[in-house]
Amino acid sequence: MYCPYLLLLLSLGVSAVEVQRPRGVPLSKRQFYEEGKPFTCLDGSRTIPFDRVNDDYCDCQDGSDEPGTAACPNGSFHCTNAGFRPAFIPSSRINDGICDCCDTTDEYNSGAACQNTCRELGRKERESLQKMAEIAKEGFMLKQQLIQEAKRGLEEKKGKLAEVQTSKKDLEDKVEALRSVKEAAEQPEKEAKERHLKAWEAVIRKEKDMAKMAAVFLELDADADGSVSVAELLLHSELDQDSDGTFTETEAQGLLGGVDKVDTVAFEAVWSNIKDKYISEETRESVSDTDSEQYPEDDIPEDEEEEDEDDEDEDPDDGEYKVTSLSFSIRLVLDGPGSPPTTRTQEKKDDEDEGTMPPYDQETQNLIDRMTTFFCFLFVHRNIEKEISFDFGPSAEFGYLYNQCYELTTSEYIYRLCPFSRVSQKPKYGGSETSLGTWGKWAGPDDNVYSVMKYEHGTGCWQGPNRSTTVKLTCGKETVVTSTSEPSRCEYLMEFTTPAVCQEPPSLDSMHPDHEEL
Amino acid sequence: MATFTERMAPVLAFWLVLCLSGTWAVDRGNFKTCDQSAFCKRQRALKPGESPYRALLETMELTNTRLTLQLINDNNKVRLLLELYRLQGNITRVKINELKPLKPRYEVPDVLIREPPTEPLSLLSQDDNGVVLSLGAESQRVIVSARPFRLDIMEGRDVLMSLNSRGLLAFEHLRMRKDTQADPEAEKKEEGDPENQAETGKEEEEKVEDGMWEETFKSHSDSKPHGPSAISLDFSLPGVEHVYGIPEHADTLRLKTTDNGDPYRLYNLDVFQYELYNPMALYGAVPVMLAHNAKRTTGIFWLNAAETWVDISSNTAGKTVFGKMLDYVQGSSETPQTDVRWISESGIIDVFIMLGPTPKDVFSQYASLTGTQAFPPLAALAYHQCRWNYNDQEDVQSVDAGFDEHDIPYDFIWLDIEHTDGKRYFTWDPHKFATPKEMLQGIMDKKRKMVAIVDPHIKVDSNYKIHNEIRSRGFYIKNKDGGDYEGWCWPGSAGYPDFTRPDMRAWWASMFAYDQYEGSMENLYTWNDMNEPSVFNGPEVTMHKDATHGAWEHRDVHNLYGLYVQMATADGQIQRSGGVERPFVLTRAFFAGSQRYGAVWTGDNAAEWDHLKISIPMCLSLGLVGISFCGADVGGFFKSPSTELLVRWYQTGAYQPFFRAHAHLDTPRREPWLFGPENTALIRDAVRQRYTLLPYWYQQFYLAYHTGQPVMRPLWVEYPQDPATFALDDEFLIGRDLLVHPVTEEGARGVTAYLPGKDEVWFDVNTFQKHNGAQNLYIPVTMSSIPVFQRGGSIIPRKLRVRRSSSCMEHDPYTLYVALNPQRTAEGEIYIDDGHTFNYEKQEFIHRRLMFANNVLSSVNLNPEARFTTRSWIERVVILGASKPSKVTLKTADGQESTVDFDFDASMSVLTLRKPGMNAGEDWTVKLQ
Repeated sequence: MYCPYLLLLLSLGVSAVEVQRPRGVPLSKRQFYEEGKPFTCLDGSRTIPFDRVNDDYCDCQDGSDEPGTAACPNGSFHCTNAGFRPAFIPSSRINDGICDCCDTTDEYNSGAACQNTCRELGRKERESLQKMAEIAKEGFMLKQQLIQEAKRGLEEKKGKLAEVQTSKKDLEDKVEALRSVKEAAEQPEKEAKERHLKAWEAVIRKEKDMAKMAAVFLELDADADGSVSVAELLLHSELDQDSDGTFTETEAQGLLGGVDKVDTVAFEAVWSNIKDKYISEETRESVSDTDSEQYPEDDIPEDEEEEDEDDEDEDPDDGEYKVTSLSFSIRLVLDGPGSPPTTRTQEKKDDEDEGTMPPYDQETQNLIDRMTTFFCFLFVHRNIEKEISFDFGPSAEFGYLYNQCYELTTSEYIYRLCPFSRVSQKPKYGGSETSLGTWGKWAGPDDNVYSVMKYEHGTGCWQGPNRSTTVKLTCGKETVVTSTSEPSRCEYLMEFTTPAVCQEPPSLDSMHPDHEEL
Repeated sequence: MATFTERMAPVLAFWLVLCLSGTWAVDRGNFKTCDQSAFCKRQRALKPGESPYRALLETMELTNTRLTLQLINDNNKVRLLLELYRLQGNITRVKINELKPLKPRYEVPDVLIREPPTEPLSLLSQDDNGVVLSLGAESQRVIVSARPFRLDIMEGRDVLMSLNSRGLLAFEHLRMRKDTQADPEAEKKEEGDPENQAETGKEEEEKVEDGMWEETFKSHSDSKPHGPSAISLDFSLPGVEHVYGIPEHADTLRLKTTDNGDPYRLYNLDVFQYELYNPMALYGAVPVMLAHNAKRTTGIFWLNAAETWVDISSNTAGKTVFGKMLDYVQGSSETPQTDVRWISESGIIDVFIMLGPTPKDVFSQYASLTGTQAFPPLAALAYHQCRWNYNDQEDVQSVDAGFDEHDIPYDFIWLDIEHTDGKRYFTWDPHKFATPKEMLQGIMDKKRKMVAIVDPHIKVDSNYKIHNEIRSRGFYIKNKDGGDYEGWCWPGSAGYPDFTRPDMRAWWASMFAYDQYEGSMENLYTWNDMNEPSVFNGPEVTMHKDATHGAWEHRDVHNLYGLYVQMATADGQIQRSGGVERPFVLTRAFFAGSQRYGAVWTGDNAAEWDHLKISIPMCLSLGLVGISFCGADVGGFFKSPSTELLVRWYQTGAYQPFFRAHAHLDTPRREPWLFGPENTALIRDAVRQRYTLLPYWYQQFYLAYHTGQPVMRPLWVEYPQDPATFALDDEFLIGRDLLVHPVTEEGARGVTAYLPGKDEVWFDVNTFQKHNGAQNLYIPVTMSSIPVFQRGGSIIPRKLRVRRSSSCMEHDPYTLYVALNPQRTAEGEIYIDDGHTFNYEKQEFIHRRLMFANNVLSSVNLNPEARFTTRSWIERVVILGASKPSKVTLKTADGQESTVDFDFDASMSVLTLRKPGMNAGEDWTVKLQ
């Protein structure tokens, strides 16, 4: 850590007094090199006359007899660097013509024209340390706020959860009761019963479709901003309308009814346009492993014969039922976003007799209304559960990043980091978005797990692995992506500053000038 | 390069179509077999028998320097002109051309360093059946037999080599389309009236064979406006069972017989993911074969730059060891014999027969024809760090810093094609490499260097200066219709400068001037890739043979193109410094003579154990034909190596001449420190071993430059009489004093090395353990082991103070390793100069002989003219196999005597002289008493 040096550096304005010792020996080891007395190699392997210390011949296996020459392959040289911080350099850098120590002491016999830059370096370092300390201080304060907010948020959510759980139980009972009542009432009327049963089935079927719609919406809404945009839709090239191999922005916009983004309500209309072509990412993932973007053939929709059926499917949906946006979130809860989507063939069978459905009677309508309320609660419940399941850090300080996205624009690309969700890259001047990975895990070193995030299983590379991104977190007042790079093909590195990783700056009192070097 | 794939989509799409069917191997279908190459098929159909050629002795003319003689093909009456020369240094040159060709046939220029000096030929005897000529003093004669024509080269009563003894001389004479001459190769020679044969020939002539006037391969059509022009000749080598050379092939050192498959092919090709152990053509071609037995080494240099195939057969190939022994015991055996046949698509027969008799003689003979290895800058022998690609300047800087942080030395960092502005060579990517000089200065501050790639395909782009200049000067190769030839390569559509033109080469060289090549500095060197030339959409991924280079077709010059590219580039580097600095240029394609221009590497290998193994025979084969500066991509180019493979590859590469790590764009990063501290340490140790030995490597390259001896040598070169060495290619020698048997097996716990030399001893360089020669030695190994042995009787100088680059070590002191032989003597050399200029040509170097005999070690000047001094001194002398002296004294040039401290390790018999301190460039003697 840099901090122990802080005070040290501040105190080094005072002029140093050179303490006599062989060249290259740190003050802390001075006592082993006593002028005129036989020198014992620091590993104890042998003892040599003192005039063999720094005589430019390596006598000790550990290199300790030549701290000031390049004679030992494993030696190290200590530069005092008055005005800056002291350092050890490999002794192979002594007199190699390259200035390594800012106090120039490593080049005492090479002819290299080194300038003493220690003061300047020291000043710069002090400045930057000061700056960092300020940032750390402010960042740490922000972090405390984040922790408080997270705590509050968590309590709130837990409360809500409990509430929902109670209501759920209550509602479930009510639904059950209603069902019994309804069934009892229907018992004598055969005709009515059939009708009701049919109605019930229709409800269920519709709910299923709605559920899938909801699941798809959530999946499409990659940045979790509550709406589906053209860009998000473009990630699903299977939705290509004319199946010509390129899914253009215009086509995507067409699917969205001519607008750039749709919310949940408007998505219902979109859903009928896309539901038959849409391939869930879960089903896709297994495909994309073997898939190569270089083979455009592979992106051709698998079931071409289904296209004809599209038209039949689309119309009956229109206006037949008006389902509130609430109700469409319902099935999500029943099936859950993680449950496998129903197969297409299944769906179609269900849809066939939709046209003949009679209107609901009052009883059924009541039932539906009650269930709607119930499902609404459940939806909230699921989302909270999901959110709570993330590891937002020891004090949930990273929780504020959830549902947020941060962008960085480079000369060629726009990079987008949505913490705990995904990383993506989009060419600045048009072109489709590429996934650089979805949330994987915290991947810092054992002593600092929360310093690195890993996003995995992005779009596959030609002949290579799936893209993945490592996000390095550093302390900053702002939450911002500061750089991206691709050090190895398809392995991205992103630097991200956030107050959430700021450590408490050590108070100046706790610092001891323990091994000050003069 | 997130969207590398998008940007390179056309190229990749091509590769996909061409190369990928889900497997990691060359798609053989993209490259011709002999059957698919019309001339090879025609020629190979001709079976051994009596030759239709007859020598017309009455046309013989013998001058002091040459014999000429006409040959006639009795089938078609076409006459050929035979020229025979006796060249200085025991070389015989045989040239055969059409007596009156319809148009001139191509004779390869610029490969021979000069018109080879001749020696007098004298007629020994002559009669109706032939003539006998004397080949100088060693009772060597050449017998020219008239009917059928054949040449036999004799020494005493032994036939050393016979030409056309199997009757496979063939010469497709140039003809008008639909002409009425016969095709000699279409006929089967039968005994009888020659006129009858002519008649038969006339009948057969009517049907022009497929592929004579047009040939199609995989949708590529070769228009062949000049018709058939192939040539062929057979050579018989009595007593020979081992032949070597004719690189480049991914095959064993000892060449195999080709009876049951395709001949070895020489046709410079960009082979994607090449396969091992087969005779397919690769990036370079050197048409030189060496033949060896315990008594003699000879060589055949077939000077022809067209597509060439070489067939090898042997009368002992099928026999088991037992069978051979039986033959021997029964005395019934025929003499073992190897028969070789060369087939080329065009040009003339121009063959140099190098008669040895020792391997070293053959090397000198070949060097006298094509020159020796360019003497590289010392730094080029150090470690090179490459990757496709270092992404930007920051990346370069951080890799550079990484080496310092992990204390691993390196001298060169390399930039592949992505450093350019859109694959426009001589330019820099404006975003990623915006300030190249700043970057180069940063590298220079560490006394390190950089190599940037410059390929010979030039983007067709009217905003690109290089393209505009080449186009306006008319320097591009032309297509068959006379327009500029365009092919598809990295930049997309590209033109190919005609490097066969001296004016084009001069212009190209001028482009390396500092004011022309913007962003270049004196520590920027060059890499010529793709110079086969590689044409992604061309036949066999190369240029159409009917493209034209002035009067000649690409067919004629193909294998020479890559040599010219490197030649012009190296010239450019020499010129930019006003002729002061030595160039360093790496090339992928090469030909005979390429050794004069720099280094070669074995192309796009793969991260597989077999590829590590094959790097040894591939570089050994190149060394045998003059190209000493050879290496393979450490780690393997394609795919990602296991950590074990990577470490073993570093250990092997550290002991091969050109030591560069390289990796494909699609592979994960593999800088040496990315595999955990343990492996970092193993790699560091291997690289440091290389650096300690740089004085020895440098000295070996000086020797190669001087004499043409290979640096990396097969064992048989030094032990020519020991048949146990003849086929060894899992171990090798560096110079004559270091034997290396790298570990190239996965999970190896030991290797068995053959230590040659009866009555010799070898010292393990790590343990100093002494082993006897002429034995198979089992050596247990761990991950840190690199089995290396120093020959007893040798002295090797090292610099043990390994620093971050070789130039940082310039003034450092030497440690001399004196390994005593059983006679308690040893000998070695030390060579010192400034390491980077041509001043060694002006006597500015130190060259000394180090000798140990009678308990005295001394340094003797081998270059009394020397005008060079060094600050380096001798810090240590380690004498292996010594006994304990009572006193050691040093006497220096000024006559002063002093005693020297020493340590003696009795268990290993190692005597270490402590800090004698004499200057490495002066006379001195050390006496053990």
